[in-house]
Amino acid sequence: MIINHPHLGPRDASEFTILGDASLINRPDWQAGDADDAFYTYQYLRDNPAGLHRELWFHEQGDRSWLVVTRDTITHAVIEVALASDVAKAAKAKTTQKTATKKTAVKKNANTLAQT
Amino acid sequence: MRYSIWSLINQALTGNRNWTPVWREPEPKSHYDIVIVGGGGHGLATAFYLASRYGMKNIAVLEKGWIGSGNIGRNTTIVRSNYLLDGNEPFYEQSLQLWEGLEQDINYNAMMSQRGIINLYHSDAQRDSYVRRGNAMRLHGADAELLNQDQLRSLCPFLDYENARFPIMGGLLQKRAGTARHDAVAWGYARAADQRGVDIIQNCDVTDFLIKDGVCTGVETSKGTIRAGKIGVAVAGSTSRVMAKAGLRLPIESHVLQAFVTEGLKPVIPGVITFGAGHFYISQSDKGGLVFGGDIDGYNSYAQRGNLPVFEDVCEGGMAIMPMIGRARMLRNWGGIMDMSMDGSPIIDKTPIDHLYLNAGWCYGGFKATPASGLCFAHLLARDEPHKVATKLRLDRFRRGAMLDERGAGAQPNLH
Repeated sequence: MIINHPHLGPRDASEFTILGDASLINRPDWQAGDADDAFYTYQYLRDNPAGLHRELWFHEQGDRSWLVVTRDTITHAVIEVALASDVAKAAKAKTTQKTATKKTAVKKNANTLAQT
Repeated sequence: MRYSIWSLINQALTGNRNWTPVWREPEPKSHYDIVIVGGGGHGLATAFYLASRYGMKNIAVLEKGWIGSGNIGRNTTIVRSNYLLDGNEPFYEQSLQLWEGLEQDINYNAMMSQRGIINLYHSDAQRDSYVRRGNAMRLHGADAELLNQDQLRSLCPFLDYENARFPIMGGLLQKRAGTARHDAVAWGYARAADQRGVDIIQNCDVTDFLIKDGVCTGVETSKGTIRAGKIGVAVAGSTSRVMAKAGLRLPIESHVLQAFVTEGLKPVIPGVITFGAGHFYISQSDKGGLVFGGDIDGYNSYAQRGNLPVFEDVCEGGMAIMPMIGRARMLRNWGGIMDMSMDGSPIIDKTPIDHLYLNAGWCYGGFKATPASGLCFAHLLARDEPHKVATKLRLDRFRRGAMLDERGAGAQPNLH
């Protein structure tokens, strides 16, 4: 398998180690009320799809960057490669955006309440 | 037809014209008491023990491909019970005992050969850990013998004892371990189950589960709807995608394991030998080919083929302990899909859905477990309680933190 590194170009997969499903980026909040369940799901349960699979690879023999590789588990074809840090930042931006919209929605609700 | 020396002579004298098919090919009925999804070694063994030891009738085994097409026909045929943990060792020892009586049980020549397995050790620390493992085995009634270098030299003079990096200091021997003819095990179980009235239905793909109010009442298949009192799933590498149809996510990843065979050679390797410092195991088949393997490739795969870096790593492991095989030519290599669990140990348990039972997570040790897996799964299906040697092989052990992590690698399926 050849992994097309965003910075270094095509590299042989033997330079990398694989950690597993890319969902491991989304570590649950340990202070949340349902942390027990969330960590059980996070740590042990896997979709394990036959087909496209997003997974974390570490460029151990190279620049030691973490990558999110989208790969077909039936053909071993590598479809897409991104820096894990970019993926994590994008996900974070999305959630903050969501909370921000939620907050504005709450504010709006408050405004409507105040008006009535 | 019962196989014996007399049936063999009789057939030989009549020109081998009167052999009958080894099992029937029935059309599926619309209802069974028990349906086993997956006609691999474990599924067939389950059906056999349900019929022979638990007196169950009206059983079907549904197989997507043909009997012997999956991992039961793709493994390296090693049979052993050299485990450490309390939750595992009694189970595998039960399995080895069943192996010892298997051919009589199923009236089929499975070519079970107890030629022994030797795990090599390469340091003082490793010897100590093998002493511990050997003691654990003996406490559970298995056999284990620690060999020092001189004893090992007399058994295996061809090993590279003076290897600069990993000198071979001795080994842990289990004499009762060995090899068996893998596809004969599938055929034998299928035939024996069939003779006891089990319907073996090949080319029958399970497409969905019939589930209502948390109770499973049957399966949709490519050959129509089949209703059942109880449904047991034993589909190894396909576990996640089959159980997803029932809405379950499992602590399992599917990985590819490769195996290799060389050209046929005169007898050179007396039993099974494993490398203690890398991952390499080897035996010699009765046809003479060296059969060997090593690590899984390490990434999720449903492809039934692997990549070259593991090929190289396995061969390096072989050359490190027995340089004599360096000139043997490799004939074949292939891959199989392993249901790697989160702690490296299997699951034989009920699921959160009533009447739906699961047998999975065999990692790359499923072949040796075939008889006990069948027996314990049959026990669970018949009695609704775990067999006494499978009480720890539970699905909820991950949530409870009661892991059976033989290797101590943590929740990292590709390291077990």
